Amino acid sequence: MEQNARREFFIRLAQGTALAATGGLIWSALLQQQAKAMPNALRPPGALDEDDFQALCIKCGLCVRDCPYDTLRLSTAGDSVPIGTPYFLPREIPCYMCPDIPCKVACPTGALTPELTDINGARMGLAVIDIENCLSWQGLRCEICHRECPLTDTAITVEHNPRKISKHALFVPIVHSDACTGCGICEKACPTDEAAIRVVAHELVQGKIGDHYRLGWKVDTTITPDFKPYEKSGPLPVAPDASGGLDYLNEGVP
Amino acid sequence: MKTGRGAIRMASNGRPVRPFIMPSTLSGRLGVWRYLILRRITQLTILLLFFGTAHWGWSVAGRPLLSGNLSSSRLLDLVPMADPFAVLQIFLTRHMLQPEVLIGAGIVLVFYALVGGRVWCAWVCPVNMVTDLAGWLRTRLGIRDMFHVNRDIRYSVLALTLVLSFLTGVAAFEWVSPISMFHRELIFGAGLGWTAVLGVFLFDLLVVKHGWCGHLCPLGAFYALVGRFAPVRVGFDAPTCTHCGECARVCPEPQVLNLRQAAEAGMIRSGECTNCGRCIPVCPEGTLQFDLRHRIGAADQSHESKPHQRRLA
Repeated sequence: MEQNARREFFIRLAQGTALAATGGLIWSALLQQQAKAMPNALRPPGALDEDDFQALCIKCGLCVRDCPYDTLRLSTAGDSVPIGTPYFLPREIPCYMCPDIPCKVACPTGALTPELTDINGARMGLAVIDIENCLSWQGLRCEICHRECPLTDTAITVEHNPRKISKHALFVPIVHSDACTGCGICEKACPTDEAAIRVVAHELVQGKIGDHYRLGWKVDTTITPDFKPYEKSGPLPVAPDASGGLDYLNEGVP
Repeated sequence: MKTGRGAIRMASNGRPVRPFIMPSTLSGRLGVWRYLILRRITQLTILLLFFGTAHWGWSVAGRPLLSGNLSSSRLLDLVPMADPFAVLQIFLTRHMLQPEVLIGAGIVLVFYALVGGRVWCAWVCPVNMVTDLAGWLRTRLGIRDMFHVNRDIRYSVLALTLVLSFLTGVAAFEWVSPISMFHRELIFGAGLGWTAVLGVFLFDLLVVKHGWCGHLCPLGAFYALVGRFAPVRVGFDAPTCTHCGECARVCPEPQVLNLRQAAEAGMIRSGECTNCGRCIPVCPEGTLQFDLRHRIGAADQSHESKPHQRRLA
């Protein structure tokens, strides 16, 4: 009798474990798939790294409600963005960079970090230019993105590339990742049929050189800020004491 | 249990067992449906307040009336409220939350700890309207359960939610919750969330009776634990009960109507009781009434013949 009860208990235990394990596997697969739904979703200003953002966002939509330009939208089931989280599509409505950052103020959890106080410090994404379709890169004087950029001449500069004789110079827009906020006003303004300048999540376009590369011709290189050529090499080698050496060629071996 | 019409069965307390008879007048019926009507009014009012604030800019003295949604909201831009279960999950993903949402979760937690945890389920949750409809329809159509599901499985789902939140780093239930999906889409515009709600509806209608709310939902399980010691309870006046069984027939969580336990405690003690009030108007003897826990306790002590004391003696 007791044997049976024990046996029954272990079978129930195994059944419960199996059910929990199967359910847990399916469930976590669903979560993983959801979380990676659209890695390039553009988040509101002040959003933490995507992983932390996804964990902290409680999906309340308060940021969406407080966005005065209706830039932010809340993803629904079936969208490619993780469910219930805020994002924006700059070609439709970009972020107009409110100085008081109402979306961040509205966030109750800190998924949009309260540490962001200057909207120009936001890093929602990075504008990238398709030079094959950019009018300026074809030789036209477009430069609309440069003029529309809220940080014009800082985040987007225009540089002129002289070309061969008989062709006029190119005036091309260049985006600088250290200043670009990813607001997407350039993308909205781009006059081509499909935007030739687009805001993309940093991790999708930005490379990383690697700490072991030292650009020797750039002592103040910003790529490896920890690199200080003279600090690491220690004291310069000291010349050997002249009197200590052997001049056996002239003086012969003693 | 029911005997034939005309034959009067006597209960153990010496009273005749009377069946519940639905009144034929409208006012009588409205009386029977009073808690149902109140619950629908509460549920729809809360939805309407959220919707009106989001879409029609409802405000009082320049302050938005009720912004956000059931996951996290603000009343008059002043009182924060947050889903304590969602906050617990986020907390388990090892992320520190801002004070506002912690205070909000605290306020909600205290509220439900007082009025009964699963008051959320019966009086606020929008999915309740869907599952109630499914439950009503399946009774009408005479659909039987496809298979038996243990009602305690919801506590396993609850535990699994917490474990998965810890392991995957995202709030596990919030990402699949048909409740949040439904509610968000009602307020912020439709997507495919209705398919999840349809799933719940069909599951409740065709597979298991009260399948979602009564067996699986981890939020309901969470609130069942929160409301375990809530002061607001359905009181049970044992001497008047004839064990007619009318209450169990309408109760979505009939296991809470353990009448022996209820007689000992003088109330429906289980946290799984949703305080929906279905049982109260159908009780032909008036045995079941909303009451306060401490009043029931006081009444018990004033009586010499406290049932369980008598049994112990």
